[in-house]
Parts: sequence; structure tokens; C-alpha cells
Amino acid sequence: MAEIALEDITKRYPDGFEAVKHKDLDVADSEFIILVGPSGCGKSTALRMIAGLEDITDGELKIGGEVVNDRAPKDRDIAMVFQNYALYPHMTVGENMGFALKLAHVDKQEIAQKVSEAAKTLDLTQHLDRKPANLSGGQRQRVAMGRAIVRDPKAFLMDEPLSNLDAKLRVQMRTEVSRIQKRLGTTTVYVTHDQTEAMTLGDRVAVMRSGELQQVGKPQELYEHPKNIFVAGFIGSPAMNFMPVKVEGTNIVTPIGDVPLSDEQRRALEGDGTGDLIAGIRPEDFEDAALVADQRDRGITFNARIDVLESMGAEFYAYFSVEAQETVSSQELQELAEDAGTADVPSAGEAGQVVARLEPASKAAEGQEAELWLDTSKVHLFDASNGQRLGG
Amino acid sequence: MPSTGREKATWGVINVVVILAALIPVLWIISLSFKDPSTIADGNFFPSKWSTENYSGIFQTSEFTDALRNSIGIALITTVIAVTVACMAAYAIARLNFPGKVLILTAALAVAMFPPISIVGPLFNIWREVGLYDTWPGLIIPYLSFSLPLAIYTLSAFFREIPWELEQAAQVDGATPFQAFRKVIVPLAAPGVFTTAILVFIFAWNDFLFAISLTSTNAARTVPAALSAFPGESQFTQPIGSVAAAAVIVTVPIIIMVLIFQRRIVAGLTAGAVKG
Repeated sequence: MAEIALEDITKRYPDGFEAVKHKDLDVADSEFIILVGPSGCGKSTALRMIAGLEDITDGELKIGGEVVNDRAPKDRDIAMVFQNYALYPHMTVGENMGFALKLAHVDKQEIAQKVSEAAKTLDLTQHLDRKPANLSGGQRQRVAMGRAIVRDPKAFLMDEPLSNLDAKLRVQMRTEVSRIQKRLGTTTVYVTHDQTEAMTLGDRVAVMRSGELQQVGKPQELYEHPKNIFVAGFIGSPAMNFMPVKVEGTNIVTPIGDVPLSDEQRRALEGDGTGDLIAGIRPEDFEDAALVADQRDRGITFNARIDVLESMGAEFYAYFSVEAQETVSSQELQELAEDAGTADVPSAGEAGQVVARLEPASKAAEGQEAELWLDTSKVHLFDASNGQRLGG
Repeated sequence: MPSTGREKATWGVINVVVILAALIPVLWIISLSFKDPSTIADGNFFPSKWSTENYSGIFQTSEFTDALRNSIGIALITTVIAVTVACMAAYAIARLNFPGKVLILTAALAVAMFPPISIVGPLFNIWREVGLYDTWPGLIIPYLSFSLPLAIYTLSAFFREIPWELEQAAQVDGATPFQAFRKVIVPLAAPGVFTTAILVFIFAWNDFLFAISLTSTNAARTVPAALSAFPGESQFTQPIGSVAAAAVIVTVPIIIMVLIFQRRIVAGLTAGAVKG
């Protein structure tokens, strides 16, 4: 077990493309950190550089306080779980799990003991003599995990280990991974493009975009105080709603009504005047106005025609359109939209879709007007030119 | 795929014709080899009088036993060298990016297609000068120069099929690049290695051109060449029975090899390596 430190790490390919740019990241001992971002953001490259499968162009990588830039993967004492598991098809489950120990010339009996222990943890005992080809996807995934844990390495590196499983199994394995990591206390770097995995698994989450680290922090911190519009749009499901706005006096003029500026937002705006602005509102900061009688004055109410109402059982997602008055474009949001088909800012005169999360007690119905309430204290404000968040 | 009964029948007939065309000469040779020398020219497809005299006869002549020894030795050595070297070369071609990679593969293919007859003459002269004429290495070297390119070409196709992650997983597990190659890649490429080995062995085993041109005595003459030089029982008899028996015997190792390795070739060992 050890801490991992990335200091000003850069990966530049021979053609000049920079997959990872000046990345600084400290992973504490026994911490579970998630690297998350859309495809092509450099998260896998960063992980592979830690593993030693990819050369580091610039910067220093330290594992357990030692610079390991020039060490071969085998000398770094790390275990990796690959996206496609990379099990050795010609070896049995037991041999797969014990391969690393065999290479390290560990005593045969000790190997057998460690493998059977790991197999017990992962519920693989009865499969030890089978070949990977005869296992189900979930079992293969567990063998891949088992191969990592028998070694008791300094760190686990996981490259989208759950992305090949079906939805139900993925949720199940997610808790499994979390449980194993907590119990072993091994430093873990976990790469995923799934923000749900990122939010639920990690002690801390590092969001990346085109090779650059956007924000590192506890999941809740990223959710409540996204540093910029990219993090805001990436974290959260359904994604944050964005709409172009402008500031008049002490109010933010949005397509759904005027929202008073918070003190921090006002202070932030004083500094750099008024450029193009984008407001971000999480779906759960809306509510059916009929259900919030007691705190009505903490926010604003407005009428909207509900286009689609999705019932999730414990909550409703109500989709409605707003008409934007301004035209504002944000490169970050475009990237997000291309990657996930989510978050986009409507242009002037265009109808933009907004999703609101409502209590199931709501009487809102598809195709009908509903009076909705917005918690104005939760409105995020971003500078469209650089995507930075304004105010706290 | 044949779907209607009519189509199936058509394909069935075509298959039977092809198989008969391929097998009749073989059966004929087998039949000849079992015929008694006195009935050898009677024109019957099946021997009227069965005898194993031809077989026992050829094993008493050093012409045949020496040639058999030479054939086995030369073909095996060629196979081992060609497969070992080709494995390493193909692995490098499949895994590494270096300038001239395409050129090497193209050149390999070109060499494999080069007509052997065009180098037989010069080789004959050179071998006599350097003392390789009528020796094992004298045959092994030209066999290698024709089988290696083919082996590299086939094997690199097999190596390319193996997921690279497996090797990286082995490296992270603590294997040196050579250990990763030997313990993970080679076992997985086994079907390809066997296929290649069989191809090389058959090439070396069957060759007649180099064998007849570059050998002159029992020291290095292989079976195909020896067959053509078989003496009859006496000066006035044709050695047809003996030739047929020898031909059957040299076919046996090939058949056995294909039967043994057939399952491994088909087995597709890589199944289950990655998410299927």
C-alpha cells in the first residue's frame, strides 16, 4: 500500500497530440480515487502511465515516495484490472489468479492458500479449475479482480472494469468493488466514463477533459460546487439544465423568471463586468409548486407545459420547454453534448428542453400546464466565455 | 448455405466427385503397393493376390532407410528452426512499430513466391564450392529460405489476433517481456504455431527439386529423390511395387501429423480471453 503522486505529468504522442496535459494529482494511501471524463479525455492514458504501459513524456510519477518513471510495469508492484478483463485463456481460474505469484517465485503452497482465500472472498471457489471461456461475464470480472487482490500490491488500477457487464450486474459489482477496496484498504485508481460509478464509488473524484484535470474533490463537493460548466454538466443524472441568461440590476433574467443574484455571484460579476452568462439548474431544484407551500417565498414559481412526464416510481421527471432570449455558446457544453447527448444551451428564439425532478405526489400531467417552483438559492451561474463558475 | 433438398443434393454430388478425384490416385498407389510383384501389371484396381513383399523389400535396402532418415531429420530441423525464428520475427512485426515493417512483410511474401527452379543452378555450383553439396545443411538452408517467409507471414497474422491486453496484463503481473511472450503469447498462438509447423514440415518433406539437384548419395538424399533412383529387383524389372510402397510410407507421417494437430488447429484457443 502506498500513495501515488502525479507531478506535472504530460503525455505527448510523436504526432504532437497531448493526451494528458500537465497533470497534478495526489492519491493518498488507501484512498479510492476515480478518474472520470468523456471518452478521449486522457483518463485511460493517465492510468496506463501509472501502470507503466505508456511512457511518461514529462513530469514525475511517484509510487510510495519513489520516482518510478523509468521502471518497467513488473517492477512497480501494482495490479491492474482491464476493461476486457484480459484473462489468460489457456490457464484455469486458479492459475490466472496465481500467475503473478508464480512469476514472483512464491512457494507453491502459499500460492494455493492465497488463491483459495481470494476465491472465497469473490465466491469463485467452485470455479477454480475452470477455464475463463466457460465463465459468465460477471464471473470473469471477478477473476480479474481476484488476480489483482491475491498479489496484495501497492495499488490497484482499474480501467473501466464494469463497463462490459449488464446494468444489473454492474450495480451489484459496484458495491462489491467498493466493499473489497474498503476491506483491503489498498490505494485504488479507478477509471470510468460513467458518472454514477464515479459518484458512488470514490472517496474523491477527478474530472478530466481533453487531457486536463478539471476538478478534484469529494463527490458531493463536485455535485454542489462544480468549478466550471463542464463538471456541472458531466456530474449528475439527469444532467444539469443550462440556459442563457443576462443580468439586470440585482437579478438574473432567465427564461423562466427573474432570480436574485447571490452575494458571491454579485461580487464575482463586479470584477469582470457582464459577459455572456449561462445559468445551471439541477433537476431536483425544481418542485411542484403545490407541494412547497411553506417555502414558496424562498424561490420563484412559474407555469410550464409538461411535454413528457417520466415516472421512475420514487420520483417523476417532468420535461418542459423554455424559450431562450439570448444566444450564448459554450465549447464545454458542446463537447458534453457530443459525448453524451445531454446538456446543451438553446439559442435565442429556440426552445430548450428542461427537466425537473418532482415528488411522486405531484399532480402534474403530460400535456398540461403545471405550476412549478424553483429554489433560487441553488441556481449556478457560469461565465460562458471560459466556463468558470461565478460565485460560491 | 444449402437450404433446399435440391441444393443439398447438388453439393453432395460435387463433394463426392472432388473427393473421388483426389482419393483415387492415392487408393491406386496403396493397391499397387500391396500387389504381388507377379501381378503388378495385371490392370486390376484391387490386388488379386495380396502381399506385403514390397514393404518388407524396401526396408531391406539402405537406399530407402537412409532416405527416410534423411527426410525425417532434414524436415524436422527445418521446421524447428523456421518456427522458432519466425515466431520471434512475427511477434516483432505484430507488436512493434518500426520503419520498413510493411516492406519486410511484402519482401517475405515475394521471396515465398520466388520460383525455386531459378536458384537451383547457382546453388548447385556454390554448394559444390563451399562443400555443402550432398549434406543436410545443404538442403536445410534453401528450405529455410523458402519456408521462413511463409512462416513469418502466417504467424504474424496469428499474433495480431491475440489481444494486446493479455501481454500487458502479464507485464503488470510481473513478467518480463520475454516471459510474457513465452508464457502467454506463445501458448495462445499454439494453433498458429502448429499450423505453420505443419506447413513448413510438409514443404520440406515433399520437396523434390532441391533434393534431386543438391544431393547425390545416401548421405543426404531424401525420400522423394530416392524414389526416383530406386533400383529394381534385377536390372530388368521395374521397381513399381517398391516405389508404391515407399510412397505410401512417406505419406503416413503427414497424415498422422494432420490428424494429431487438427484438433489444436481448430480449437481456437483464444476463445474466452476477452469479453465474448
